[in-house]
Amino acid sequence: MTATAGTSAPPRDRTAHAPAARRPRRIAVLPTTALVLGALYCVVPTLWILIAATKSRTKLFSTDTYTPSLDLGIVDNIRDLSNYQGGIFWHWMLNSFFYAAVGGLLASFVSAATGYALAKYEFRGRSALFNTILAGVLLPQIVLAVPQYLLLSKAGLTDSLIGVLLPQLFNPYGIYLCKIYAQSAVPDSLLEAGRIDGAGEGRLFLSVGLRLMGPGLVTVFLLQFIAIWNNFLLPYVMLTSDDKFPLTVGLYSLLRHGAAEASLYSLVITGTLLSVLPVIALFLSMQRFWRIDLVTGALK
Amino acid sequence: MARTTTTGRRTGGFPYLLVLPAVLLFAAFVVAPGGYALLLSFQRRKVNGGLLGGGTHTVFAGLANYRDVLGDSDLWSGVLRMLALGAVTVPATVLFALLFAVLLDLERTRLKRFTRLTIFLPYAVPGVIASLMWGFLYLPATSPIGGDQVDFFGQVAVYFSVGNVAVWGAVGFNMIVIYTALRALPAELFESARLDGASERQIVLRIKVPMVMPAVVMCTLFTVLAALQVFNEPNTLKPLSNAVSSTWVPLMKIYDDAFGNSDIYSAAATSVVLTAAALTVSFVTARIVQSRVQQEAA
Repeated sequence: MTATAGTSAPPRDRTAHAPAARRPRRIAVLPTTALVLGALYCVVPTLWILIAATKSRTKLFSTDTYTPSLDLGIVDNIRDLSNYQGGIFWHWMLNSFFYAAVGGLLASFVSAATGYALAKYEFRGRSALFNTILAGVLLPQIVLAVPQYLLLSKAGLTDSLIGVLLPQLFNPYGIYLCKIYAQSAVPDSLLEAGRIDGAGEGRLFLSVGLRLMGPGLVTVFLLQFIAIWNNFLLPYVMLTSDDKFPLTVGLYSLLRHGAAEASLYSLVITGTLLSVLPVIALFLSMQRFWRIDLVTGALK
Repeated sequence: MARTTTTGRRTGGFPYLLVLPAVLLFAAFVVAPGGYALLLSFQRRKVNGGLLGGGTHTVFAGLANYRDVLGDSDLWSGVLRMLALGAVTVPATVLFALLFAVLLDLERTRLKRFTRLTIFLPYAVPGVIASLMWGFLYLPATSPIGGDQVDFFGQVAVYFSVGNVAVWGAVGFNMIVIYTALRALPAELFESARLDGASERQIVLRIKVPMVMPAVVMCTLFTVLAALQVFNEPNTLKPLSNAVSSTWVPLMKIYDDAFGNSDIYSAAATSVVLTAAALTVSFVTARIVQSRVQQEAA
């Protein structure tokens, strides 16, 4: 399969004798309309939150919902949010990035090492391990959050970075993808040549294996980054001190206080907007590194 | 013991070193919590006798927790709600993902790049944040979509309102997965069908869709798995509406047992039951799916 970046249009495989893409004559109106409606559906909540964030507290419930407020309410809202409990919102934002980036990196490395071993070595217990990992893909990981909490609280590790990070490092699907990718991207002959040149196994893994698996690893990293970024239940049960919260837990706690104090709603709305923007920006900038064909190719 | 590479060389313990972190993590965060939950599920707390002897100790409870959990109507109504929700989210997510993917793949469709990206973006929005956004859209006081006239948290509507948030977040990713599979199909397949006079619709229904079935099936599997573990959306909408109770779906019930009622023994028993049920469902789905795919291929 040719390299196809996930969100940018991959070229259709064309054989030489096929006519070079005849420019289509008419626009397919119905399909285009359906897609535009789908896009609208996806963008409306974000647009509305953008408009709502421009409104001051009092106007949020009183003015026409689709008209943005032009009196710089958004500046006040951001200032209020930044002042809320000494700027704790920005703490949450940093925490979310920290958990997702560090967790994503470590999880990718663990997945790469395991996948590489499964693909490139014969060793005792290999097939048992591989089958366990396949079963792990089907495991309801979120349900495990409460048992993980119960165990870690026994060990006194709750309300710590470790309690949030470590349980998210084992990613069976990532291991599976890495194994598939290592099989196709790391040729045995290259490893053999390295061995003849006297390179150790560790060196081969780090400088040949990891390097050749790079493009696949970016996808594994992004998938895990998003999974941790989006995770709620695990940090929600593990953490009690609010300066360790990620955005999801922080905004949820803000909403819960807001149920008693409606003035907090505009803070929640502004916080929601600010939390959506950076990850969308990150996403757009990373889109050409996505290799989603891996996700499906893995099934073949 | 000689361990060899695929080409027959000694590699010593290196492969074990490579898999060690994953094995340790699996043992510590999957096996151990599972085992501990199993252990807890057979215990319960007993208050010591005596007027001032206010201590408690844990005793072996046999299957009593399971009897209580399985006899708890809250859990069963949660299971029913989860199933109702899944009946909305799974077909909607997969069918819309397939529809959008097919439309994107048509040659004469316009605005592909823009629509593809826009539909994909909600994937990067956490379920909690998505629920906040939609929640304010549903809430009568702030709703721009008629929340003051329609009750988005009505008895039946609430399933669609909660399900909508889940679908919104999941369609894009699944669409990209299926679209990528479509793009990987060789073009000559359709060229010859076109020469034989097949219409675009026939090509989609008879060639494209059957050929990307493995991708569709995988999307279905992951959507089912997500539906079994639904938590974020109803839990986030709960502060906004009375329609969502604190034990609305099974995972919320587990949370409520563990943290609301501080009854970790019931929470453990419910976790064991839910994990077992979810594993069974996903294994059975995977099996069915696999045999289907093999049949298609045969």
